[in-house]
Amino acid sequence: MGTTSFLLAVVDSGGVDGWIVAFSAITVIVTLWMGFRAAKTSKTASDFFVAGRSVSVGWNASAISGEYLSAASFMGIAGMVMSSGYDALWYPVCYACGYLFLLLFIAGPLRRFGAYTIPDFAEGRFDSPLFRKIAVCFVLFIGFFYTMPQMKGAGVTLAYIFPSLPYWAGVVLVGGVITLNVALGGMKGITLVQAFQYWIKMFAISVPIFVVMAVYGGYGAHIGANKTVVENAAPIVEVTRQPLTEKAPRDEVWVAPFGPLTTKAVNAAAKAMPEEERAVFLAEKQKSYSLLYTYSLIIALVCGTAGLPHILVRFYTNPDGGAAKRTTMWVMILIGVFYVFPPVFGVLGRNLLPELYAGLGAKGTDKIVLELPRLIAEKYGVLGSILSGITCAGAFAAFMSTFSGLLVSMTGALAHDVYGRILRPQSTAEQRLRAFKFSAVLIGGVAVLLGCFVEPLEINFMVGQAFAIAAASYFPLLFMSVWWRGMTMKGAATGMLAGGLCALIAATVTNLATLSLDPGPMGKLFAGFKGMNDFWATHPLLRILCEQPAIWAVPLAIVLMVIVSKLTSKDVPSDVRMKMLVLHAPEKLGLKQEYIQEHQAGLGH
Amino acid sequence: MSSSTPAPQDPVHSESFLASLMRRQLQLSVACAAAFLIVLLGLPLANYYAPELMATRVAGFTLSWLILGVVFFPVVWVISYVFIKRSIGLEEAEVRQVENERKG
Repeated sequence: MGTTSFLLAVVDSGGVDGWIVAFSAITVIVTLWMGFRAAKTSKTASDFFVAGRSVSVGWNASAISGEYLSAASFMGIAGMVMSSGYDALWYPVCYACGYLFLLLFIAGPLRRFGAYTIPDFAEGRFDSPLFRKIAVCFVLFIGFFYTMPQMKGAGVTLAYIFPSLPYWAGVVLVGGVITLNVALGGMKGITLVQAFQYWIKMFAISVPIFVVMAVYGGYGAHIGANKTVVENAAPIVEVTRQPLTEKAPRDEVWVAPFGPLTTKAVNAAAKAMPEEERAVFLAEKQKSYSLLYTYSLIIALVCGTAGLPHILVRFYTNPDGGAAKRTTMWVMILIGVFYVFPPVFGVLGRNLLPELYAGLGAKGTDKIVLELPRLIAEKYGVLGSILSGITCAGAFAAFMSTFSGLLVSMTGALAHDVYGRILRPQSTAEQRLRAFKFSAVLIGGVAVLLGCFVEPLEINFMVGQAFAIAAASYFPLLFMSVWWRGMTMKGAATGMLAGGLCALIAATVTNLATLSLDPGPMGKLFAGFKGMNDFWATHPLLRILCEQPAIWAVPLAIVLMVIVSKLTSKDVPSDVRMKMLVLHAPEKLGLKQEYIQEHQAGLGH
Repeated sequence: MSSSTPAPQDPVHSESFLASLMRRQLQLSVACAAAFLIVLLGLPLANYYAPELMATRVAGFTLSWLILGVVFFPVVWVISYVFIKRSIGLEEAEVRQVENERKG
């Protein structure tokens, strides 16, 4: 009763649009209903972990795409393109193209090796239960970094739908609902839900923007309204622009490469300098540092995709390696088509809703996807509310699907690896199932707590950090273990730990420093880290390397792997040739069964 | 795994088979990755060294925006399509080769 009256009070407090509430509510209810329905049919522990390994290509491709298109893709990219312009385009492109790397080097061999999770692979490849424990940590590290932006997406969307609701309430509400769903349904429910949610997101991002473009002018026309540095005036003047607000970047830096996103560190350093030195410093450093930033970002996103635990686990739900490859092809088409649209929102938003540049946290550019379709209401009344309702439904689908996917893989790591393998190897199936549910609630709770702190950080930027950590830990591990026979467990562990932890620390420091600048409550909470920004003002290069660590952390991990493996070369697993055969020989040759028999004979089971 | 080294005459377990298997797969992957990386890593260089060219207008877009925001995706689809075709072909050839050797 208490919660109902609270909700009624929120709805009554004005500014709530019935259409938007209805569309969002339908998405949530259908998601929950599918989860509960699946809960009835999924019984065994194997159902919970990888859906009994029998998911068709079409379902699996939609489900992977559905899981991959997170709040960052749906809301964050549009917000970042609006706030930073051209440079932010690297995000959607690399999110989509990182899949190619996964396909080329990792997907096939990993599928042939056949293990439930990355920690399974780590243990199987090096015959080392110790390495499994190390590898499991990163499922949780990367996972928590990835859940924070999803939680922000939830907070922003609910604060948009119910303007009187505080940011944290949205985080708690959505986090709680999804955690319950995962605890009851497991992965089988999730595959269905994810596939369904891909199509919601695709519909929700494309239909409203086509309507907005039909009314207010196309993608090209709105970019054309921004003049470049070589032009005296914008080439296309037929679209009406609202005057830019004070905080908006100027046309020529926004539309061109090496804009506000990648030059932030150098610009901050220039501001701290005496006026007469600025011009020389900027001319010398701005573009070259910006290029470095761009490359580091590309490495993080492309390699990071290949090391995302919640994506990799899905390759095992395909019946065979050929199907896994066809799935990847379809995933790239499905997400590639999707990623054309979010930047359009950012471009149109710059010209039509520039007042968002002045907003902070949940009221800033990150909500452009939700806000833009509402403009239609000025001309066509209720249609604007309906379209905004559709994008809200898409946003719900986005953070709900990614958060549940993450929750499944993190819960899997905790229940399957930590509990089932490390703490209680003798536990019964029933105990493991109970452990799965308990882990889901525990991880969901921590994710919600973290999500409450990150309101001032950009959604898309935080996801980029999760990618950087994955790129410096799992990517080198998978890539080197699949293609290099000389790798030892010590080498793999040293490289993965060093690279991954460095990236993790760099990302955390960057976030704490950004939070300390927040004018709201977070600024007070993290005020101790203000000094970091002053230090970076005199060392812009270090700031870039800290903000985008992939360019040094990935090579560091690989070099350490090679050096330590060479030093411990006597520890190369004795049956490494057989392992390599299983990783690379076609599945039709049946080496996998042979390997399992031989392995069990060797271990004396 | 001391217990059972499987039939040594089986060509699948020869060193040369594994080496050629990995070499052929890696060649294919590296070739496709190179095509992809030239585009991916070349674009920032083009932006850096030829900013005026990349700012040329094409239907309102700057050339650079058009490439990155739209054209890039189909290019990647083509590369992955070629890779999947070739790698499935490669696997079939490997299976045929082993079966022939086992018979002969």
